[in-house]
Amino acid sequence: MKYVDEFRQPELIRKTAEEIRRVADPARQYHIMEICGGHTHAIYRFGLKDILPENIDLIHGPGCPVCVLPMGRIDDGLAIASRPGVIFAAFGDMMRVPGTHGSPLEHKARGMDVRIVYSPSDALKLARQNPDQHVMFFAIGFETTAPSTALTLQRAKKEGLRNFSVFCNHVTIIPAIRAILDSPDMRLDGFIGPGHVSTVIGCRPYEWIAKNENKPIVISGFEPLDLLQSILMLLRQLRAGEAKVENQYKRVVTWEGNPAALRAMADVFQLRPYFEWRGMGFIPESALSLREEYADWDAERRFEVPGIRVTDPKAAQCGEVLRGVLKPAQCRLFGNECTPEHPVGALMVSAEGSCAAYFSYEHRKTELTTLNAPA
Amino acid sequence: MAHGAGGKASRRLIEGLFVPLLCGASNGPLGDAAVVSLDGTRLAITTDSFVVKPLRFSGGSIGELAVNGTVNDLAVAGARTEALVVTFVLEAGLSTEILQAEVEAMAAAAAKAGVCIAGGDTKVVEHGKADSMYISTAGIGSLIPEVSVDPASVRAGDQILLSGPIGDHGVTILLARGDLDLEADLSSDTRSVLPFVEAIARVAGPSIRWMRDPTRGGVATSLNELARDCRLGIVLRDDQIPVRDAVRGACELLGLDPLHIANEGQFLAVIASEAAEAALHALRQTPGGEQACIIGEVQEQPAGAVLVTTRYGGTRIVDMLVGDPLPRIC
Amino acid sequence: MCLAIPGKVLEISAENASLALVDVMGVRRHVDLGLLEDDRPAPGDWVLIHVGYAMSKISEQDALEQMRTLEMLGEREGAMQEVRGYGLEEAPGKTPATKSPA
Repeated sequence: MKYVDEFRQPELIRKTAEEIRRVADPARQYHIMEICGGHTHAIYRFGLKDILPENIDLIHGPGCPVCVLPMGRIDDGLAIASRPGVIFAAFGDMMRVPGTHGSPLEHKARGMDVRIVYSPSDALKLARQNPDQHVMFFAIGFETTAPSTALTLQRAKKEGLRNFSVFCNHVTIIPAIRAILDSPDMRLDGFIGPGHVSTVIGCRPYEWIAKNENKPIVISGFEPLDLLQSILMLLRQLRAGEAKVENQYKRVVTWEGNPAALRAMADVFQLRPYFEWRGMGFIPESALSLREEYADWDAERRFEVPGIRVTDPKAAQCGEVLRGVLKPAQCRLFGNECTPEHPVGALMVSAEGSCAAYFSYEHRKTELTTLNAPA
Repeated sequence: MAHGAGGKASRRLIEGLFVPLLCGASNGPLGDAAVVSLDGTRLAITTDSFVVKPLRFSGGSIGELAVNGTVNDLAVAGARTEALVVTFVLEAGLSTEILQAEVEAMAAAAAKAGVCIAGGDTKVVEHGKADSMYISTAGIGSLIPEVSVDPASVRAGDQILLSGPIGDHGVTILLARGDLDLEADLSSDTRSVLPFVEAIARVAGPSIRWMRDPTRGGVATSLNELARDCRLGIVLRDDQIPVRDAVRGACELLGLDPLHIANEGQFLAVIASEAAEAALHALRQTPGGEQACIIGEVQEQPAGAVLVTTRYGGTRIVDMLVGDPLPRIC
Repeated sequence: MCLAIPGKVLEISAENASLALVDVMGVRRHVDLGLLEDDRPAPGDWVLIHVGYAMSKISEQDALEQMRTLEMLGEREGAMQEVRGYGLEEAPGKTPATKSPA
């Protein structure tokens, strides 16, 4: 598979891991946060923790758009879709996320018209194919996904397609990083930056992390060699006492980002004054809503939204795990009340949430296992 | 809905509700078929039902799945199917052409597998139910003398054999449903695996510890069930697991793991290490088994779990699914 | 947010210049090129696909350069070992080791 297999070559992976061992200062404990949920998933999927030295601690950041979505927003979306003649369309990631009265799939079992779509354009197609029904697309994602929603809305408006709306939960990455760095219990040496968000926003938006916070950040791809090379680049900066923004994912990320994507977003979206992030509280100017010109396609304006707020159980320590203060296994509910099958908190509901990923891929490994791994 | 997908929820439903109430004294591990004794003769029996949508897809149809699926459940229990009986539940208004096509497909599959469909039943339910057609089967088979499968006989060091590439059926169905707007040259792998069982029975019969046809929930679910039943660990090698390019492409696009995807014509066996090479050779000589391989082995750890290793030393646990595999974008 | 896969552009749709048929290891899907209107891909180009939209063209040159950098990692270390063998240590403050026997 071109542009994938080259970056999974076992020999090169070994070599890069060896170089990381050589460069890492054995007297130092490194705390590196990968911001993006996709990176968390890749780290576990490729078993990278097994080949990194013990003194590199990878901390999972808040870049999981499903995890940070408050349960009340799911309830609101399902409330709209429970109206007769409304089709609830969303990515597969949303289908098992619990609302107060069940997940979208559970609502489907009880008779709601729920469809999984791979693309927002597929949701628009559904609207064209079902002129007597209304398709409400439950949009989630960071800046990687927002431009696609924007383009879809531009097309809907151009076609004058009235039986389509978007329930917008797009969030932006920079305020989340700021919130992490502002936490008093934070102790991070550097960041692995979100590669696909950066194809849209470029590398410039991260400059303040290096300049003002004095932390290195390397924008990384998602294959094993990408992540390892990014970690190597971070270590080299740290050993040299540097703090720069570096782009490891050059084959798709440019410094300036994607101008057409940014234009589409600016045309369709505006920043909400504030938005609640599950596990992190209210963060100003961290989420998108539809501009006035697109009011007719805004599900929150077309329909009355209950505006339900649901607080997480006090026992759940999602916030601390999200900020990297606690490891998933250190949360008191982990593995008992809270598992991927019956998630209590944010980080269990999505496959790439730190707790779900750790639970599924890692926590039953024993010391014996790593000894038995082939040489 | 998750309870039908073959993973954790299904297992809880079966073990938590059905077995205690229906099977009473039975306390052995759950296999694909049951063995009963009739005047001293031991027979295997099984039942299965088929609710696939769409009814027809590249490489097969619901009728073929029904025949092959039942034959396979018996085969992996170490039995040759002697006869099948079939029940059709039909939605009122179903066209006779569609029904005829399915019956013909079943007859052809039965002839190919060398089994007799001894009888059946039909019910018609009102329009809106049964998704056009559901098929339910029961099969009865005679046990192959050389073979005796039991997860309790599995030992550390035993080898895991797989008959061929995984994920073909599940991905074919996913694409055939049409909602994802994906197209590929893929077909369901539905077929009888009895020839594979017979091939390894001839050369390594007494060394066969366990067999399974990895249907819903995929190889991961079957091997997790084994790991749980024998309380040992299963360690697989990533680079040994055969996956067709198009299956790989679809899984990468949709964020799915081929190990969780259903197969309808593949076969897993755990063989004692001294007989593994001979068994593998026999599989590869069997038509359709040319891509058979050893994908891993049984180890003491991680007990009760399945671990996948890479050539560069990375590892990950592969769990049973909760429900059906869902595409993801994150 | 993050699942994006490389695919090869097979053909641009005749009805809609913003739509392309893209191939991922034999799996084909229509992909929207609207985000790449400033630099439209042509058949044969590789693009990064996310939720049915092309996010970026993939630069073969940058990919090759990355591979070269990684391949050189081991070589650099090999060269360093040779240099150390001559007693020419890099580390500051250290007295050079005596020449080690061949």
